[in-house]
Amino acid sequence: MTFTLFGLLIQAALYTVVISGISIVVGFVIGLGVSAARLSSHSGIAIPARVFVSFFRGVPLLVQLLLIYNLLPVLGINVPSVVAAVVGLSLCTAAYQAENLRGGFASVPRGLLEAADMAGITPFQQLVRIRAPIAFRLTLPSLINEAILILKASSLVSVVGVVELTRMAQDLDTSLYKPLQLYAAAGLLYFVINRVIAAAGKYAERRMAWGRA
Amino acid sequence: MRFDFALVASRLPEIFHALGVTLMVWIASLIAAAILGFLVAVGRRFGARWLNYSLSAYVELFRGTPFLIQLFLLYFGGPYVGLSLDAIPAGIVGLSIYGAAYFSEIFRAGFEAVPRGHVEAGECVGLNRSQIVRRILLPEMTMLVLPASVNMSIILLKETAVMSVITVPELTLTISAIGTEFYAFVESLFLLALFYWGLVEICGWLGRFGESRLSRFRFAQS
Repeated sequence: MTFTLFGLLIQAALYTVVISGISIVVGFVIGLGVSAARLSSHSGIAIPARVFVSFFRGVPLLVQLLLIYNLLPVLGINVPSVVAAVVGLSLCTAAYQAENLRGGFASVPRGLLEAADMAGITPFQQLVRIRAPIAFRLTLPSLINEAILILKASSLVSVVGVVELTRMAQDLDTSLYKPLQLYAAAGLLYFVINRVIAAAGKYAERRMAWGRA
Repeated sequence: MRFDFALVASRLPEIFHALGVTLMVWIASLIAAAILGFLVAVGRRFGARWLNYSLSAYVELFRGTPFLIQLFLLYFGGPYVGLSLDAIPAGIVGLSIYGAAYFSEIFRAGFEAVPRGHVEAGECVGLNRSQIVRRILLPEMTMLVLPASVNMSIILLKETAVMSVITVPELTLTISAIGTEFYAFVESLFLLALFYWGLVEICGWLGRFGESRLSRFRFAQS
């Protein structure tokens, strides 16, 4: 494994991080909407949200990616494969994050909201000032976990032709025939990135611990 | 958009064979992963320090890297170190080693969650060691690890789709090949998604059924 080869893998690893990062953020926003829809009292809103969560959690990500990659052009939407990949990853993580957020919102102590009612705080302010911040703190560990899962899952994007870390290792292997070194190096890079995410998550959890501003 | 399920329906025998392959590789990997994971958890709890360290390194490495990379290492890298496996055995071995890392953590949490007081109470009423294991530790642990194990089984079922990349002739590979043949990608992939969705829902349902049947072993958390 030469230095230039490793440089190529690192570049590809950065691309992996970007794809995963965008997907996590977009997935969080969609997940917020879906979790709100699931908590809705209108069954016309709640049931589609449940079906969405069930579908995207029940179908392998590889199949979702293939489906979206092939479905978009049929619908007349011609985008590069990396966009299809990000859409697939985002929808998948949105379903998982929606469930986590639902759990977070359900765990906000009722007493706090009753106290807020007593103090005359409007429902909207309660959401912005009390429910959302607390739910976010409660779901932070599962958000970090989800980020690690998506980083690993992003390796599947290689199948639809996005040249991220896994695909780069594959492409280099087809010309160099060094599968052991290349895949071990790629695996190591995934491992290191995951460790960094986990450490950052621990730091953020400490910073946002209860009783601190 | 053209939806023609009749084309796909004409290949039903092939699809059912592929479903069989998916179920076979899944169940084989699931059993191997659970047994291996249990052994790893026991080794980490009762083994010497070097064993604990090396096992925890294994668990961390296999939980921290994508299954696809592990599969590539095994299938494409294996022959370079004298380990030539066909696609199906490579898929099963890969998924078992991957799943075992997760199962070992589930069992480890299970061991830790059985309250010491229950074991001590068993000793007080004169149960011997094997009775304590059979009557107290295992039933209580089963109850504790069951939800996580069902969840893990579902994750492993979905991971079998990744084996299509190393040409294991399971559902994903077979149905997408049929889609390519008929130029009906979207229909075939929808059908494929429905297969997995159905399987996962059945698994989840069976898991909940099992949990409710075993709930007589549940104890109040102290």
